Amino acid sequence: MADPLLTLSGVHTHIGPYHILQGVDLVVPRGGVSVLLGRNGAGKSTTLRTIMGLLKPSRGEIRFDGRLIGGTPTPAISRAGIAYVPENMGVFSDLTVGENMQLAATQGAFDATRLSWIKALFPPIATFWEKPAGTLSGGQKQMLAVARAIIEPRRLILIDEPSKGLAPAIVTAMTRALGELKETDTTILLVEQNFAMASALGDTVSVMDDGRVVHAGDMAELSGDAGMQERLMGLSLEVHQ
Amino acid sequence: MIDRLLSGDRPNSRPLALVLIVIALALAFAPFLFPGTKSLDTAARICIFIVLVASYDLLLGYTGIVSFAHTMFFGIGAYGVALSLSALGASFTAILVGVLGGTAVAGALALAIGLFSLRVKAIFFAMVTLAVASAFAVLVSQLSTITGGEDGLTYRIPRVLTPAFKLLDMRILDVRIDGRLLAYYLVFVSALVLFLGLLRIVNSPFGRTLKAVRDNAFRAEAIGYRVIWYRTAATVLSACVAALAGALLAIWIRYTGPATTLSMEIMIDILLMVVIGGMGTMYGAMIGATLFILAQTYLQSLMGAAEHATGMLPLIPDLVAPERWLMWLGVLFIVSVYFFPDGVVGRLRSRG
Repeated sequence: MADPLLTLSGVHTHIGPYHILQGVDLVVPRGGVSVLLGRNGAGKSTTLRTIMGLLKPSRGEIRFDGRLIGGTPTPAISRAGIAYVPENMGVFSDLTVGENMQLAATQGAFDATRLSWIKALFPPIATFWEKPAGTLSGGQKQMLAVARAIIEPRRLILIDEPSKGLAPAIVTAMTRALGELKETDTTILLVEQNFAMASALGDTVSVMDDGRVVHAGDMAELSGDAGMQERLMGLSLEVHQ
Repeated sequence: MIDRLLSGDRPNSRPLALVLIVIALALAFAPFLFPGTKSLDTAARICIFIVLVASYDLLLGYTGIVSFAHTMFFGIGAYGVALSLSALGASFTAILVGVLGGTAVAGALALAIGLFSLRVKAIFFAMVTLAVASAFAVLVSQLSTITGGEDGLTYRIPRVLTPAFKLLDMRILDVRIDGRLLAYYLVFVSALVLFLGLLRIVNSPFGRTLKAVRDNAFRAEAIGYRVIWYRTAATVLSACVAALAGALLAIWIRYTGPATTLSMEIMIDILLMVVIGGMGTMYGAMIGATLFILAQTYLQSLMGAAEHATGMLPLIPDLVAPERWLMWLGVLFIVSVYFFPDGVVGRLRSRG
């Protein structure tokens, strides 16, 4: 892979006394969707939070577009062009949907074409623009969280389990929206337990276990090989959905 | 026009709008509507406390920071003017020097406290502010050669602002147009400008970010905002406005001492006013300060009248005897917090 957008080499992260990431090596190529799979507790969310600077790596190197970003403050990483959609619908519930969107628009004003594209992608954003985000349903909050991350063009979007806790119809809508986002110039690093969604969107895949990346390759290869899935992800039920 | 003055932040409830208009008009025409020294003094205190409470709301209600140092900043503003008027004599230059000096010191101190302690958990920040405020109060009472110690400072203000100065020889609506009236309008207009300024701040993109920080600091960081910077800026802003409110008080009562500006009692009053009015609404400051100061000033005489009126009945006259006013004030607070958990503004908005 020539000149990847993001590379993690030998990254270790501790949370309190726990050694969560134990030498993660991860490569995210430019463009397309890279999926991070693995059972619960494998360290997927911790990897995203470490990239975002919310957790400081204790060892190892993180490079974004060739620049070292490990240990940089979160706001600087965000301004460098990485957006983060945390697990559990990270919206500001006291603010309205519109205010949530405005917060992410660092240029001050919205790009009208982009905003109408987002509103078409996620219709509830337009419908509930004036409503406090706290009053939205789970699926709508998730849409708002993704919409907020893409209101301005970003080079890399980290999305943590967008399908978690959502009704199947909303998962389908979310998959379609992310598929459309993939067609734009954005690179996505997606953590997902829903294998159907992961395989529909993913170009490349990395599988984590016990704080390390244990497999990296093409998504198509993993999707077509049930034995490999079984071996890599064990008895995790979600992956068979 | 009104929408622009209010920075687009409408009361959003008919009864609330009505209450706010009544308060604003009553304060604007207080000298003519309620003649008398005591009522004018009450009106001026309400104006000053609206600003003080609103500046605390910027911190507590909008940014989610609990601080116990607000009376310290209020006191710094008051002492700034008091010291300057004592040293330089009764002139507007002295007032200006005092106002600028006090506000600058309050801002610098808030900046230092913010940068050093806003990184820690909220409870530790509250403790730090409590410690700094207590130390400051001790310092002021110990440095009696400069601050007058517990006795405080009494000083003269420019003659234009005193009752001895007659602006017009005639009376309007039976009210003398004198320096005291001018002083009241100085307080009123300053308070109005400061309040509208705070309203502008909380409705700006900066204010929106403060609310996001209050809601979830990590998420705010993750979308690119330096939380520590925003928290510190809110602390400094609120300290400067509190200092300006202190300066107004110093000009109005022509006396500055620990009991009128620095005491923990005032800090608790401010907290109660914010909570009763409604946190994070700004308008709550207007309602909270008005209700609280009216109760503080008039409850005693009201109870005296009640004692008189119920003289024939058993037990009741004892219960409403004026010396028990503090107990009833306490009961009023408990009742209002119980019935208005979101403050008066929250309650009125949810109805309207």
